[in-house]
Amino acid sequence: MATAHRDWLGLKAELPRKRRTQLTLLSFLLPLGLWCVVSYVPWIWHPLVRITSPGEVDYFTEDLDVPRGDFTSECAKARAAGQTLPEGVRVNPVYLPPPHAVARAFVTAFQTPPRLPNEPWLHQSLGHSIRTIVWGFVASSLLGLPLGILCGTYRFAARLQEPFIEFFRYLPAPAFGALCVAVLGIDDAPKVAIIFVGTFFQQVLVISNTVRKVDPALIEASQTLGARGWKLVRRVIIPASVSDIYTDMRILLGWAWTYLIVAEVVGTMSGITYFINQQARYRNFDNVYAAIAMIGIIGFSSDLFLAWLGSVLFPWKRKSRGTSGIAKHSLSTSASPSLEATVQTP
Amino acid sequence: MSARTSDPEAYLRQPAGVAERFERIRQRPVILSVRHLSKDFESDGHRRPVFEGLTLDIHRREFICAIGPSGCGKSTLARIVAGLDEASGGEVLLDGALVTGPGPDRGMVFQGYTLFPWLTVKANVMFGLEMGGQAPAIAEQEARQWLDMVGLGKFENAYPHELSGGMKQRVAIARALANGPRILIMDEPFGALDAQTRAQMQGYLLQIWRKVDVTILFITHDLDEAAYLSDRILVMGANPGRVVEFIENPVPRPRSAEQFQSPEFLALKRRLEEHIHPPMEVEEVDLLPMVKLTHADDEVE
Repeated sequence: MATAHRDWLGLKAELPRKRRTQLTLLSFLLPLGLWCVVSYVPWIWHPLVRITSPGEVDYFTEDLDVPRGDFTSECAKARAAGQTLPEGVRVNPVYLPPPHAVARAFVTAFQTPPRLPNEPWLHQSLGHSIRTIVWGFVASSLLGLPLGILCGTYRFAARLQEPFIEFFRYLPAPAFGALCVAVLGIDDAPKVAIIFVGTFFQQVLVISNTVRKVDPALIEASQTLGARGWKLVRRVIIPASVSDIYTDMRILLGWAWTYLIVAEVVGTMSGITYFINQQARYRNFDNVYAAIAMIGIIGFSSDLFLAWLGSVLFPWKRKSRGTSGIAKHSLSTSASPSLEATVQTP
Repeated sequence: MSARTSDPEAYLRQPAGVAERFERIRQRPVILSVRHLSKDFESDGHRRPVFEGLTLDIHRREFICAIGPSGCGKSTLARIVAGLDEASGGEVLLDGALVTGPGPDRGMVFQGYTLFPWLTVKANVMFGLEMGGQAPAIAEQEARQWLDMVGLGKFENAYPHELSGGMKQRVAIARALANGPRILIMDEPFGALDAQTRAQMQGYLLQIWRKVDVTILFITHDLDEAAYLSDRILVMGANPGRVVEFIENPVPRPRSAEQFQSPEFLALKRRLEEHIHPPMEVEEVDLLPMVKLTHADDEVE
């Protein structure tokens, strides 16, 4: 160990590219492996017994799941009474389907027609969810971006707006659910409104904070070159902060996803939440897991895409490329203590 | 030589060509006029003066270096002239007009380069021209000329982070000069560069200054730099900041590194040393109350 003094854990330097890829893969394979072990190794967990042949135990029927304790005591009773012994295999509860069942559900969930004639297909549910998110986020950004930039640029605007917004962001968005329904009806409008409320106030504070961090020396330099007023905002302050604002927006979009589930139970339940609920009611837990994983995959892959897009849009930032941009771009500022909890999507 | 350098007035004796040159400079119009300028700043509820009663005139195409101990307010002076800070009293006149804020007639080069990282080198140089309402095509053409002048024509499409410190500062100089400022204010522009690059940059700057109609106010704490570059040296003192002496540099132009050993240069340097490091300020270093932690026979001196 002393002879080959290598920085295996990456204490001082970034790990080699190949090792990084391996570790990324492993970070997904480890939980998946754990799931496989619990699902496929019969003596690990498997707290239930599924009856394959009821024998002469009167309340046992085929495919019934009973706790292992009950099964052994029934077996003992049957043996004592000289009856035919029941038979069964150890299984996990129905709410923990094995990986292959969930993997299969990824395909079959899309192919299975809905049980009721007016229910949406899965792809329609997903589309509905994505539409809700996009509208909520776009509406929030249309207002939040300009206001955030204004507050970040001029202290006057910041003093005028931020104290109230700071107060308002502590009001939890779901609390407005009933109000939104009363005002906006039971369809999509209140859902979009919930996502708006959940995103907007944080957005203004986070963006104004980012804009405020623009190097004052750059502003001074531009002033000595004749920039002033709106030109100064448009040609210096916005471009100087745009790549950090972009990173903020990526994080905020991930956040909007977490408000989605709340938004979708407001009024008439809709979208992916409706699908998950229905499938849970039918006890199709493989479909439930598949749907939850789909949210994760959509969120994660759209973030990866946006990260790549960012490196194309902002070539001067290419030194610090990729998702690590989020880590470098610290959000632990006064405006966003709760942002640290923003792991991409559930 | 020792007889001449020990003469405290030696720096005042100018070779004939130099005296004649200063006579010509004095005939030129005054570009920048600083009148009874003072600056206070507040700390813990007390008003502390940074400097007071600064008065000086700078003539067209003069190269002025300002030196002084830290805290004398030389950078603050530069920032007030640039319009980035407000004076507490007095006034700054540029071509007779009162300076009220930053503007393109006073270019500034900062120690930290301050290039716009999202713009290419060429777009950085074009920035001021576009702010002045110049058409993009003309601005681009002019930017190219300026980049060629500082020897960076090949890097016009590079981004600032791809350049070395010296190259960045050359772009910053081109960017400031492209605007056609009346005066170029440089606040310790080469302070962040290594000694070799700094010497190179000083050479570049003198070449550029010869070719361009611009007056330079150059803030530095490097006495050699001031003696090498300047026409006149504004020596400032601290507590409170004030003008101690405005020295006419007796070293003939054109300047070269060989002059560092010339009697004029040495006399000037000696005078500057006296101002910046007065002899009585050098105190004996107190002995530290430290127990010896090595073996008795382990002396390093």
